[in-house]
Amino acid sequence: MSEHISGDLKVIVFQLQDEEYGIPVQQVRSIEKVQHITRVPRTASYIKGVINLRGVVTPIIDLRKRFGLKVLDDTESTRMIIVSKEDMEVGFIVDAANDVIDIHQGIIEPAPEVVGAVEVEYIQGVAKLDKRLIVMIDLEQVLKSNDERSLLGV
Amino acid sequence: MEMNQYLEVFIEESKEHLQACNEKLLELEKNPTDLSIVNDIFRSAHTLKGMSATMGYEDLASLTHQMENVLDAIRNEKLSVSAEILDVVFASVDDLEEMVFSIAEGGDGKKDVSRVVEMLKKIENGEAVAEESSPSNEVTLSQSIQDYDDYENAVIQQSKEQGFSAYELTITLREDCLLKAARVFMVFEILEQAGEVIKSVPSVDQLEEEKFDHQFTVAIVTKDSSEDIQNKVMKVSEIDSVNVQPIVVSERNMKQAHEETSQQQLTVAEEEVPKHVQAKEQVKTASKQVAATSTKTIRVNIERLDILMNLFEELVIDRGRLEQISKDLNNNELNETVERMSRISGDLQNIILNMRMVPVETVFNRFPRMIRQLAKDLNKKINLEIIGAETELDRTVIDEIGDPLVHLLRNAIDHGVEMPDVRVKNGKSEEGNVVLRAYHSGNHVFIEIEDDGAGINRERVLKKALDRGVVTEQIASTLTDKQVYELIFSSGFSTADQISDISGRGVGLDVVKSTIESLGGTVSVDAQEGKGSLFSIQLPLTLSIISVMLVELRKEKYAIPLSSIIETAVIKKDEILQAHNQKVIDFRGKIVPLVFLSEIFEVPEESENEDFVSLIIVRKGDKMAALVVDSFIGQQEIVLKSLGNYLNSVFAISGATILGDGQVALIVDCNSLIK
Repeated sequence: MSEHISGDLKVIVFQLQDEEYGIPVQQVRSIEKVQHITRVPRTASYIKGVINLRGVVTPIIDLRKRFGLKVLDDTESTRMIIVSKEDMEVGFIVDAANDVIDIHQGIIEPAPEVVGAVEVEYIQGVAKLDKRLIVMIDLEQVLKSNDERSLLGV
Repeated sequence: MEMNQYLEVFIEESKEHLQACNEKLLELEKNPTDLSIVNDIFRSAHTLKGMSATMGYEDLASLTHQMENVLDAIRNEKLSVSAEILDVVFASVDDLEEMVFSIAEGGDGKKDVSRVVEMLKKIENGEAVAEESSPSNEVTLSQSIQDYDDYENAVIQQSKEQGFSAYELTITLREDCLLKAARVFMVFEILEQAGEVIKSVPSVDQLEEEKFDHQFTVAIVTKDSSEDIQNKVMKVSEIDSVNVQPIVVSERNMKQAHEETSQQQLTVAEEEVPKHVQAKEQVKTASKQVAATSTKTIRVNIERLDILMNLFEELVIDRGRLEQISKDLNNNELNETVERMSRISGDLQNIILNMRMVPVETVFNRFPRMIRQLAKDLNKKINLEIIGAETELDRTVIDEIGDPLVHLLRNAIDHGVEMPDVRVKNGKSEEGNVVLRAYHSGNHVFIEIEDDGAGINRERVLKKALDRGVVTEQIASTLTDKQVYELIFSSGFSTADQISDISGRGVGLDVVKSTIESLGGTVSVDAQEGKGSLFSIQLPLTLSIISVMLVELRKEKYAIPLSSIIETAVIKKDEILQAHNQKVIDFRGKIVPLVFLSEIFEVPEESENEDFVSLIIVRKGDKMAALVVDSFIGQQEIVLKSLGNYLNSVFAISGATILGDGQVALIVDCNSLIK
């Protein structure tokens, strides 16, 4: 269909505050409605807890908190995006997830110094699509616990 | 050709065959004249050789081949079993094991085996035993197929057992035959209708290219009689003669054949494929099926079982919902159906759980060989007795328990059992007895290692403990014998004065203890000086299912493993005492500190002030603590789940489980709550 499939990246687009973010579809296992989350004590503040995802206990990260954005209450459109990277499987809480688009890799630009409030280290690049700006997430950085101490509960 | 998919099977089977070799060799050592044992070993070795050659592990194949020669000589009574020969054969099995393990770890399975091979050759030649390169009683018809390789032999043998006959057809075309390839094609077509062609000389390729004179030979397995075959083939025009001879498989080959193939392989031959490829194909499938038929089991990846288990839990959760719905609706028919479903799924759950259970034999059976070597190295005489090898344990426990057991056994033989002369002097038999025992008791499996050796010297242990500062003088004097013995499990402790090759390498019993504790088990020791010692390991039946007490902290549910609970209690608030800024209670005369779980777990919401406090008394070793909870929900069997790789170390939480309502409950790690 497309002349340059190789250069295209299928991306799941989700919303956090007013920004649109993207994760390559290969890294996304599923998108779930918010269900009961069991709090796990003495972990990092952005770890909301764990859920039962079809028999597998899966940790849930509040992405707003992880990115240092303002925390809002869950709404009808709040979703959990289950992502997997190597042998880790976690869920991200996002404001909404409603789009899958093809992004030509060529239009992804390196992250500017400041985009919204999200720290640059979590960003792989920014894609400009007409009037939309999609912030591409660096999953590895997001999953890397830069705050080991809070995980250990020290 | 892609070998990767067969590699796992190859490794597993090789290990099995090597284990069989080891076991049978030990048996042979006890009954050196029993040639049937040699036959068994030979079969294992031969299969191993075939498999490794197929997989391209040449070193492995050549060493096995050499070993096989020696075994063959023994079998044919050209050599008699002697300790020297056995030692060399044992050594070669060791080398083979090393190679297989290297392959299992992703290596190339290469090893310099020249020394062992040379020894094997010496044994073989020293007795002037000439290797029988081919079976002697083979058909010696002119133009007959001179030798069948192992796989073809296997096929022939198997087919005979299935009621087929094997014939060798020598077909001579007429001198004036014009379309030789066409005749060949017709002959093959007829033969394939009658049975299966397993080999031809020249090869099919060559026949098709008319690269033969006027005669070719075909081996076939069929249910037809030789006359029928002959008549059928003769119907093809331009054929001069057909000579049908039954194929005789030598005794040696029959045995191999039995091992190597099963009936299914008979029918797989396809003409287009070059013969040698077929043979390889066959042995691969064959080796798989040997395992399947011999033990009537299949290998299942443990991950698949986990997936099955997960799916099943989903089902159980839905079952819970259904039960609720049927209760609400109170429809008789629905009730009955749901009840039936509940019962069936309960049974299913048991079956799935049982699938993870493996007899402890898989670990035990490598010990006899190890003990033999150890006894030899130490010049001691040891009789190892294994009891209850059929006792089943969870697969995950089995995988972990091997090393601690090796350690304890080495310990028993190195430190426990005395030298033969010392034993005689002490009025014991020359041979030391070591008993390895496994049995079920309640929800636990016990594994015991008992020896009738020197026992443990209380004074020596105490001295060492004092030297290392493990205990103080003051405490030391109050310890009972058993308590003193238990000191040998403390870290960095070794009673070996001399660091020997066998033990005392700094990795002490403390490692054994921590490994066993990480499996949720305990280890203890008892001894009687001069009489022997007994190490007892208690293990949970399975790691995946544990009994817990479910408790509530505000609105959150937590699970506390029953194994660490002593008892539960409800006390009045004014029974809580204050000691050194620490709230404690007097529990049956013992001062037990209180641990407020809701504080530790930072549970939101304040607790209401109640007059009564619910406590769970837990212990870690000799220490106790009383966990304060809001309320008890009850005792339950739960399936252990990990929190995943992302949350790999959470304070005081050892895992999670999924409750009947589909929610996750965390499991409290009592050990980390008690310092």
